[in-house]
Amino acid sequence: MSDVQLTIDGAAASVPEGATILEACRAEGRDQPTLCYLETLTPVNTCRVCVVQVAGSRTLVPSCSRVVEEGMEISTDSPAVRQTRKMVFEFLASSVDMSLVEDQTQQWMDHYEVDPTRFGPAAPDSPAGARDARHAGHHAPPLAGLTETVAQPVKIDNELYVRDYAKCILCYKCVEACGPDAQNTFAIQVAGRGFDARISTEFDVALTDSACVYCGNCIGVCPTGALMFRSEYELRAAELWREDEQSVTRTVCSFCGVGCNLELHVQDNRIVKVTSPIDHSVTSGHLCIKGRFGYEYVQELGDLATTPIDIVLAAARTS
Amino acid sequence: MSVETSDAERAAVDELLGAPDSGWVGGDRSAADHHIARGGVRQAAGVRHLLLPALQAAQGAIGWVSPGALNYISERLSVPPAEAYAVATFYALLATEERPRRVAHVCEDVSCRTRGGRELFEELRERDDVVASPCLGQCDRSPAVLMQRAGEYDASLWYSTPESVVDVLEGAEPIDPNPGHFGIPQTEAGSDGLRLLHRVGAIDPYSLDDYRTAHGYAALSKALEMTPTELIEEVKRSGIKGRGGAAFPMGVKWEAVVAQGSDPVLVCNADEAEPGTFKDRGIMEGDPFSLVEAMTIAGYAIGAHRGYLYIRGEYPRAARHVASALEVARNAGLLGDDILQSGFGFDIEIRMGGGAYICGEETALFNSIEGFRGEPRQKPPYPAEAGLFGLPTAINNVETLINLPLIVLEGGEAYAARGTPESTGIKLFCLSGDVVNPGVYEVEFGATIRELIELAGGPLDDIAAVLLGGVSGSFVGTDQLDLPLTFEATREAGVALGTAVVMPFSSSTDFDDVTKRIAAFFRDESCGQCVPCRVGTVRQEEALYRLFDGPPTTTGEIGLLTEIDEAMKLGSICGLGHTAGSAIQSAIALGLIGADR
Repeated sequence: MSDVQLTIDGAAASVPEGATILEACRAEGRDQPTLCYLETLTPVNTCRVCVVQVAGSRTLVPSCSRVVEEGMEISTDSPAVRQTRKMVFEFLASSVDMSLVEDQTQQWMDHYEVDPTRFGPAAPDSPAGARDARHAGHHAPPLAGLTETVAQPVKIDNELYVRDYAKCILCYKCVEACGPDAQNTFAIQVAGRGFDARISTEFDVALTDSACVYCGNCIGVCPTGALMFRSEYELRAAELWREDEQSVTRTVCSFCGVGCNLELHVQDNRIVKVTSPIDHSVTSGHLCIKGRFGYEYVQELGDLATTPIDIVLAAARTS
Repeated sequence: MSVETSDAERAAVDELLGAPDSGWVGGDRSAADHHIARGGVRQAAGVRHLLLPALQAAQGAIGWVSPGALNYISERLSVPPAEAYAVATFYALLATEERPRRVAHVCEDVSCRTRGGRELFEELRERDDVVASPCLGQCDRSPAVLMQRAGEYDASLWYSTPESVVDVLEGAEPIDPNPGHFGIPQTEAGSDGLRLLHRVGAIDPYSLDDYRTAHGYAALSKALEMTPTELIEEVKRSGIKGRGGAAFPMGVKWEAVVAQGSDPVLVCNADEAEPGTFKDRGIMEGDPFSLVEAMTIAGYAIGAHRGYLYIRGEYPRAARHVASALEVARNAGLLGDDILQSGFGFDIEIRMGGGAYICGEETALFNSIEGFRGEPRQKPPYPAEAGLFGLPTAINNVETLINLPLIVLEGGEAYAARGTPESTGIKLFCLSGDVVNPGVYEVEFGATIRELIELAGGPLDDIAAVLLGGVSGSFVGTDQLDLPLTFEATREAGVALGTAVVMPFSSSTDFDDVTKRIAAFFRDESCGQCVPCRVGTVRQEEALYRLFDGPPTTTGEIGLLTEIDEAMKLGSICGLGHTAGSAIQSAIALGLIGADR
């Protein structure tokens, strides 16, 4: 494949044909903010924080999906790009709880001097189920001077993970991971329309009544902490979650012969979360229920150095 | 979810899909089913496009999409229930909560609002079978109501009163107060010299003989004697540009489709949902064969054998008339495998929208037909490269297409002699609001706003401003009344022709109320996919309320509204977001709102 010649912020660059603008920018050392983009998922172009200016285009274009063309003149830091990104972040931060976004995202928000309070104080939270019951094409008028948000109670309907849609920016990543990009389970989709769009099972039934297989791949791709291990959620609620004290140990899942790599997040000598490296050739960051949640038996074993092996094995078999 | 499906729901879905052929797709389990697996991903992908029609069929049976119906449809089409639910909840006309068998959708949008629609809705709003509706495209018949009726055809009610609406809700047959009326005052006055609308109201829309007597199907015969290339050349010579809002040259669009080289498809966009727009409705209701003929010619020109006609769900009468015309044309050999013994095969399928303005956006329309949520796609690729089902697709508006027979019959050059060099030919305008005779008016390109208002009997009162191009267009002041409504003149004036809405507002208009309604419209109709539009339309409505009623924010509401508009314009995926702030910005610029704050 031949290379394409273009300019990024005035500097000439040569990038492989078929690359996206985002890939081109990153190859040239000019990182861009992203929210709905992930290397392992199909770009959905929905968050619009990665937009850039392309000479000749009336509107800004999403760098995550737009493929480079010969002679493209790309600006990643023009006034229009800066202002639009700032507004998009402000739209999100004024409507969604973004307190658990990745550090990088927070840095971008600081970079663009994001001030979500400009739109006025937040309206009261929606009661449980209220947002799920909204009908497309209808909404109540704004409450005097208040700013509508997606705030609502956390959904807890199973032992393994929680869904805190007050933190959902609707990036579609969980839908893609549950669907054709990873798990092919299709337990969730975006339902409703406009600001009332939400991630939902059919008729908003509990996950335990849905097609969910608890692989947790939706948690793995969620960029805002809306989807979270129950263990993490409860530790956070008890103000015991201490990420900086956690160690991460990479190992191979012992449940079958596929060879998925696991990252065990350990705090106070307990496993509190399991992830998989996104660049691992076997998993691309995805796991199944056993690898993701089947770690309890490890904690039942006691000290491996002093426990006889038959006790270790017996405990493993019964867990 | 374990749920029951009623016989009525099952029968309605089976009527559309046929009976299930195995236990794998919702039928009774047989011994063979335990040994032979049927279906699979390939088959599921092939029937996904039936999802919206199936949901509509189920709702048509009992008045809403119940869990049982959704479950059965999911089985029949191998669609995950969560996906079927996601599609069902995207459309305003589908209900996933139990509703009465008859539901009245009362138009409270900008046009009906000034003609009693608001009061009508206020009078009825406490009823559980009455909901507010965005523009129903019946602006010449205000106040308008769409009556959804389980087990029967939906019906449009015109010149509605609380009593007439309640009567129908309680079981009365809807009465057509003016059966031959299609919103075309020019033909009702017996006006000669019309080239596009001359048959509307003058012939029986069910009669092929009538249509033929009025020179119908002469163009198709002539077109079939030309080569497709000659036909496209003729269209290019005519200079005709798309009438749906984007003003793209039709011939150039078709060439791009043909250049793709593989099996193309034709789509006619009749999802006419821009508030104040009802021209396509008049054509489909009053002269449906002209659209069938035009689509057939278009199909021949681009080499398509399939055409889809996507009609908005709020147009039940237009859909009935076109469906009848399709059947009659098929029986007469004017559609099918060998049209007029030419060897050319073409047929047309109607798809009904579900109550979503966004589906008028071409790529959202494709997703809607394909059985997905009507979310626009990021372009490129453009429809000519990868459109409906990923095929090269020519998508044209109804009004654009019905110019085609005229272009074929008189030649592209003669057609181009009308209008102006950049805006050739004939144009339909939708006059509503504060005019004496609201309706669709046909003129040659070049008529001014003032001339059009005069054509519609003049203003009802002193005009304060005119909404041009619909709510995605802009308000213009009285100093612009002599603006010729051509593509070039409107572009130069910084306004958009859009869908050719001309809606005058009198000086007694409450523009605070009108702009609030426009903001509410976009907040309702945003698909929610991209952040600038999903949240921007909410923030815009809130800022507008604060502008009128306080309390102010530190940035100031006018400044905030401008920033929101810019972000939607630059950052959104599609035209809905790009234009969602346009009318409000123009109202501020003209001092119609916010001047004294």
